[in-house]
Amino acid sequence: MAEKTLAEVAAGLKARKYSSVELTRAYLARIEQAQPALNALVTVTAESALAAAAVADQRLADGTAGPLTGVPIIHKDIFCTAGVRTTCASRMLSNFISPYDATLVTRLKEAGTVMLGKANMDEFAMGSSNETSYFGPVHNPWDPKVVPGGSSGGSAAAVAARLAPLATATDTGGSIRQPAALCGVTGIKPTYGRVSRYGMIAFASSLDQAGVITVSAEDAAMTLQAMAGFDPRDSTSVDVPVPDYTAELGTPMRGLRIGILTEFFGEGLDPAIEKSVREALAAWQRLGATVKEVSLPNLPLSVPTYYVVAPAECSSNLARFDGVRFGHRCENPKDLMDLYKRSRAEGFGAEVKRRIMTGTYVLSAGYYDAYYLKAQRVRALINEDFRRAFGEVDLLLGPTTPTVAFGIGDKTSDPITMYLNDIYTIGANLAGLPAMSIPCGFAAGLPVGVQLIGPHFSEGRLLAAAHAYQRETDFHLRTPAGWAADFNPASKAGAK
Amino acid sequence: MSGEWETVIGLEIHAQLATKSKIFSGSPTAYGAEPNTQADLVDLGYPGVLPVLNAEAVRMAVKFGLAVGAVITRRSVFARKNYFYPDLPKGYQISQYELPIVARGSLDVVMEDGTVKTVGITRAHLEEDAGKSQHEGVGVSAIDLNRAGTPLIEIVSEPDMRSAKEAVAYMKKIHTLVRYLGICDGNMQEGSFRCDANVSIRRKGAEKFGTRAELKNLNSFRFVEKAINLEVMRQIDILESGGTVVQETRLYDSDKDETRSMRSKEEANDYRYFPDPDLLPVVLEERFIETVRGSLPELPDQKAARFQQQYGLSLYDAGVLTASKELAAYFEAVAALVPSDPKLAANWVMGDWSAALNKDGLDVAESRLSAAQLAGLLNRIVDNTISGKIAKEVFEAMWAEGLEADAVIASRGLRQITDTGAIEAEIDAIMAANPKQLADYRAGKDKLFGFFVGQVMKSTGGKANPAMLNDLLKKKLAP
Repeated sequence: MAEKTLAEVAAGLKARKYSSVELTRAYLARIEQAQPALNALVTVTAESALAAAAVADQRLADGTAGPLTGVPIIHKDIFCTAGVRTTCASRMLSNFISPYDATLVTRLKEAGTVMLGKANMDEFAMGSSNETSYFGPVHNPWDPKVVPGGSSGGSAAAVAARLAPLATATDTGGSIRQPAALCGVTGIKPTYGRVSRYGMIAFASSLDQAGVITVSAEDAAMTLQAMAGFDPRDSTSVDVPVPDYTAELGTPMRGLRIGILTEFFGEGLDPAIEKSVREALAAWQRLGATVKEVSLPNLPLSVPTYYVVAPAECSSNLARFDGVRFGHRCENPKDLMDLYKRSRAEGFGAEVKRRIMTGTYVLSAGYYDAYYLKAQRVRALINEDFRRAFGEVDLLLGPTTPTVAFGIGDKTSDPITMYLNDIYTIGANLAGLPAMSIPCGFAAGLPVGVQLIGPHFSEGRLLAAAHAYQRETDFHLRTPAGWAADFNPASKAGAK
Repeated sequence: MSGEWETVIGLEIHAQLATKSKIFSGSPTAYGAEPNTQADLVDLGYPGVLPVLNAEAVRMAVKFGLAVGAVITRRSVFARKNYFYPDLPKGYQISQYELPIVARGSLDVVMEDGTVKTVGITRAHLEEDAGKSQHEGVGVSAIDLNRAGTPLIEIVSEPDMRSAKEAVAYMKKIHTLVRYLGICDGNMQEGSFRCDANVSIRRKGAEKFGTRAELKNLNSFRFVEKAINLEVMRQIDILESGGTVVQETRLYDSDKDETRSMRSKEEANDYRYFPDPDLLPVVLEERFIETVRGSLPELPDQKAARFQQQYGLSLYDAGVLTASKELAAYFEAVAALVPSDPKLAANWVMGDWSAALNKDGLDVAESRLSAAQLAGLLNRIVDNTISGKIAKEVFEAMWAEGLEADAVIASRGLRQITDTGAIEAEIDAIMAANPKQLADYRAGKDKLFGFFVGQVMKSTGGKANPAMLNDLLKKKLAP
């Protein structure tokens, strides 16, 4: 085995096949090599990584290590990391050194992970292609001419190219699942409130959820175990006990009721993707799952609903970036208004501005009822659709994306086409449901993802279903040409 | 001319809640710290931080709501009020909009003439305060975020007040109430208690309200009264000269004693309120509300009613004496020691004693005389040792030197003459010395009775017991 899954790496560390310092060095070398081609990271923290790895090695030696001790990790640059630049891939925060760690960062640090750096992303997580980053687009390791998806494009590309065994990510409308699908890796967006949002720079607070991108479902279970749980500093985090996700992985599929979403198999879906997804469904059926077609009539309204709610919240969340206390400030402001206008005009990119303006509009006097309030009502209807569906089935299945990864620059001139890329993923965010994307095949040489959506707090069930499928298939273990993971950290060469 | 107009006033009172920490962060709320030393990352609106509601602020707001007989909202919602200003770090203020924690209540206010004015309370909502901007000359402004995130309750009245006096009386009553409840220190200099006034005028008898102006920055009772009266005059001038009042926000400048326009309705911000997705709705259970109800102290109105009944006081006097917990407690301590005449205790506490406190700028707690000392004096009136008039002299000496009443009376020889013989002797002497007046009196000039009283008082140094003197003099002077 040389797939460099998290489980494999953790086992290697436990067995002292290599030290965390050796492993860290190997990944850092790989990152250095990959940066010009992929641009997956915004910041590399080599020095602090090696220091953290040395501490992890001590813990591994003295027997106080946990399951993730010494495991290298990349954090999406939306998570605040103390003493390290936290940019949200925006010029606005290109000089921002966070004075504190996000709760998720703290928890993973306490679990012993070693941060290699910060992943590139769409600016303020607004985008589906990683092209809105101030630091330039991320390239898909499967084909450098295509996008990795977004907003967590850097995280997905990094894991696909095995620049780390795992990378944290966030998902507001599909930002974990869509890039995971487009890069052929596993991504989980937990239930809203399952993982703390404290220290995660807000885009749309009622939709944002932190999760992780890994090679396998087993890896995702191990990571989620460390990330999940109530945080008194996040009022929207939920105080529900965290189950043992790894223990649940072995749950048999016999009798699992899978619903396939009528609305996800209609017009616009690439037939090659449909084929892969239906094949995956057959694999679950062979494992004993039953299948039923389920309709969520209001689901087609999820894109317009999302593009009212998310910009509304974003327009308010991003008001704090005013050039007064931190972040970009324009040169020689004439007066206060000039300071605000130019700092924000210079600090934000076009897509962020578009959403701030959309959001400001939908919340304005005279438009609030027609847009924001109506969107909230539709959101409630979509919630209700899901609730009804989960009365009949245990989880819902469908494609993650309508197409495979598209070319860099192909959709940047048409925001609506870009937005429609999230047509299958947004529903889970609006309803706060846990959802995953796992690799299920290839179309035209590019990865295809199948999406699983479960009821609130059913992460264990989703992970078990994904794990059962991944035991039968190897799509998740395949690496892009040139990015094979058969490097040996213990050898002097490090990266191959 | 101005008699034809009716003034309509509604107040928005901001009371800072006396919590130890801020409404959404753990920073302390103490006043007067070095700038920006009491603001943490949440108060500074750093990227990624989140608000966590202070339960104590909720409890205090519920206390207020129960005290004004209001509806306590079982599920209230925090909303964001969006606008840009350097002392508003997040670019929005967390407030409550459509679903405030306290809905409809009312408050009875007793006016000086004893009439009772009922003022409707539309709502009271929780919100965070902004920081302070200090403009330090051209092009330089400093921001102090110590106050940012301090919990406030904004109490919005109905437009029920019809004069500046009523507005001040209502504001004073709210001030009394929040201090009774222990939810606000009421310190107006420090900005803990301040108000905006919505003022309009209309023709007497008109149904429709006139266009209102909102007066900002009213941080003393005196300013509220002055600013409202100024504004009413301004509006009358405009309307009587054929103009129209525009809806606008006006700032009261106490130095120049004028109001001036800050911004018109057209320039007003569209605050784009929407529910704050970082905070859950505040859901209050019946049990919690009942627990808070059980913790309420005796409220001003309850205390005033009891004072009327227990001590036989007028409604107005009971209102004055219950204006603060401390004053009420002082009065009750005095009254307990002068059980035969609580009305006397009330008059002295409201009169000479309050005047002395005011003159020296002291709080009740700083009184130079304890309740027992004042009661000691009053008991000498009750037992006829001294007259009320002499008592004033004794009181002054007590206040100045912190002495006991008996000591002052003894050392100054102020004991009242209650010996019939001694008073009769004085009367005889005065009658003998003033034969003309005596003759005139007996001839029917009744008014001269006062002359004789005065003469005897003068010759006794005011110590003759007034009632005895009256009786004896009547007998002696009778033809």
